[in-house]
Amino acid sequence: MRIALRPWPHVFVMVYQRECRLALRRWSQLAQPVVFFIMVTTLFPLALSPEPSLLRSIAPGVVWVAALLASLLALETLFRADWDNGTLEQWALSGQPLAILLLGKVSAHWCLTGVPLVLSAPVVAYALGMPWTALGVLMGSLALGTAALSLLGAVGAALSLGTRRGSVLLSLMMLPLAMPVLIFGARATDLAMSQDAPDAGLWLLAALLIAALSLVPVALAAAVRISFE
Amino acid sequence: MANFTWFYRLASPPTSYAAAGRLWLWFAVPAVLLIAVGLYGGLVSAPADYQQGDAFRIIYVHAPSAWLSLLGYSVLGVSAGIGLIWRMKLAHALAAAVAPIGASFTFLCLVTGSLWGRPMWGAYWAWDARLTSELILLFMYLGYLALRSSFDDVSRADRASAVLALVGLVNVPIIHFSVNWWNSLHQGSTVLRVGGPAMPASMLVPLLESFLGFTLLFAALSCVRLRAEILMRERRPTWLQDGLTVSASHE
Amino acid sequence: MTSAQITGPILSVRDVHLWRGASHVLRGLSFEASAGEVWVLEGANGSGKTSLLRVIAGLLWPEEGSVQWHGDALRAPEDATAVSVSYLAHDAALHDDLTPLENVRDATQLQRVCATEEAQTILERVGVQIADRATRTLSAGQRRRVALARVLLSHASVWLLDEPWTHLDAAGVKLFQELITDKVNKGGLVILSAHHEVGLPSRSLRRLALS
Repeated sequence: MRIALRPWPHVFVMVYQRECRLALRRWSQLAQPVVFFIMVTTLFPLALSPEPSLLRSIAPGVVWVAALLASLLALETLFRADWDNGTLEQWALSGQPLAILLLGKVSAHWCLTGVPLVLSAPVVAYALGMPWTALGVLMGSLALGTAALSLLGAVGAALSLGTRRGSVLLSLMMLPLAMPVLIFGARATDLAMSQDAPDAGLWLLAALLIAALSLVPVALAAAVRISFE
Repeated sequence: MANFTWFYRLASPPTSYAAAGRLWLWFAVPAVLLIAVGLYGGLVSAPADYQQGDAFRIIYVHAPSAWLSLLGYSVLGVSAGIGLIWRMKLAHALAAAVAPIGASFTFLCLVTGSLWGRPMWGAYWAWDARLTSELILLFMYLGYLALRSSFDDVSRADRASAVLALVGLVNVPIIHFSVNWWNSLHQGSTVLRVGGPAMPASMLVPLLESFLGFTLLFAALSCVRLRAEILMRERRPTWLQDGLTVSASHE
Repeated sequence: MTSAQITGPILSVRDVHLWRGASHVLRGLSFEASAGEVWVLEGANGSGKTSLLRVIAGLLWPEEGSVQWHGDALRAPEDATAVSVSYLAHDAALHDDLTPLENVRDATQLQRVCATEEAQTILERVGVQIADRATRTLSAGQRRRVALARVLLSHASVWLLDEPWTHLDAAGVKLFQELITDKVNKGGLVILSAHHEVGLPSRSLRRLALS
């Protein structure tokens, strides 16, 4: 009696496309994380001083902290609409692996918010006086790091479904867990700026991303199932 | 499911409530004795350190609390996992009971660490790798407690926070590694060395006593808090009323 | 669709207990449902109709007792699809920013390939003409009809319907009743919660009162 279900890669692509379609219908919201990212980095020259040598020395930290906050804030409402209207329940009942469906959703989210953030990094880097030679490492580390952060933050977003809506809860839960990403990413960028080999940081980020890719979908599916109860 | 009925019976509220009630004294009495002996040995009998003077004596509180901060999170993560996989309410109750105790020991570890830092580094806080790891661990406890408190329904709070605890447990070694890596790239501060073969017996024995004593204290506190958690979760408190009337009639 | 071949109960619910917070909602509930039956769950608000449907669907875990499909214990929600169950909740599972057509197609595509024309035809059958506007602009009754289209497209042999007639006009109620009757006559199983169930085939009607 089991229906011959579609293979899961098809369904992954389908969910991915659905998310993109939805996001493009609200395209003005897509720009928000990037604008936030640029705004936060602007705060530092204003708050400290526009002295180029100072800005250069704090640049990796500033860019990474801003990217971390932008990623987490953009995830706040990732599952909210689909949870409220019952779509996630239908996904759970569809017979497809819920983890794969949710991974499709997170992947689309990263492509729509994380990638623009990576692409806007040169502007911020230039404004903070980072050398062009470090740009490759900055963007590479941001690409790996924001992907890992999207995965990690998605778990937080799924866990906060059905809570009294406190806006800081997600950050409170996930910031401590996100610290390794921040450390590896900022350090790789810093080393690249001082002409040192940034390999270790990049490899560690890649390792984190792989670990997150393998563990997060399971945690996500569990968290979403719990939210139905 | 049927195969696990014995398991559920063992973990039934009346049984576990009574067991925790008997156990806690068995932990508490030796805990108090050992802590008293260990602290007397450490703070009074042991000779002063030739480098650090009397300041080193803080490790008799600092080191056990650092150990218990980690043990607390491990117990939290493991019992959360058991609760999640076998849907065992007692395990969730234990996780809920242990979290604030672990957080308190983490806080105690940070406070004693910074008190120790004042004479050593000349400041109450330095970005030492161990202390920074402890600080992040405290944040993890706080995040866990924040998630738990933001649900109205106990069983959902249990299960959602259990997922967070497991994700956190996987992350503890990663965080520890990343902080060490971060620290090694900067001019590292002096690292607080604990124990080691260089320590003479007059210093080491009290340290072991206080390690054991604080661990038993942790167990005793867990039992007391577990009893409270079981009571708060009980929806059919008839056994409780029966128990209370029985004990009242005895008096 | 071939559920008529199956003998014995499709679904057996045994001694299910469920608490919601401090209240004991389901107290040792048992029943067995077979192909060709309509089960109506009756009871006042808060009597656990929705909870029971969610337990049957596998979204809620009963604290005691078991839910079995063809004798297999339910472990995870996706197990319910071993007998292909379609669940219609209070909320219609429609995204406001998508059109009704996209909504029903996406839902169906999770399980099988579904052509636009097929979805279009079903939507017309349930009386939704405006399939290409954002779902946000639809009335509550129209949403209910779109959700029904999703259930029809699923080809599931078991329907779990939570208060199917809410927000529907007389014609909509009648349409639902016809489709349910048709489903049951073809050997499907329908379990629904309702305050009134006029027009359901009395021969196959079973009632379950919840208190």
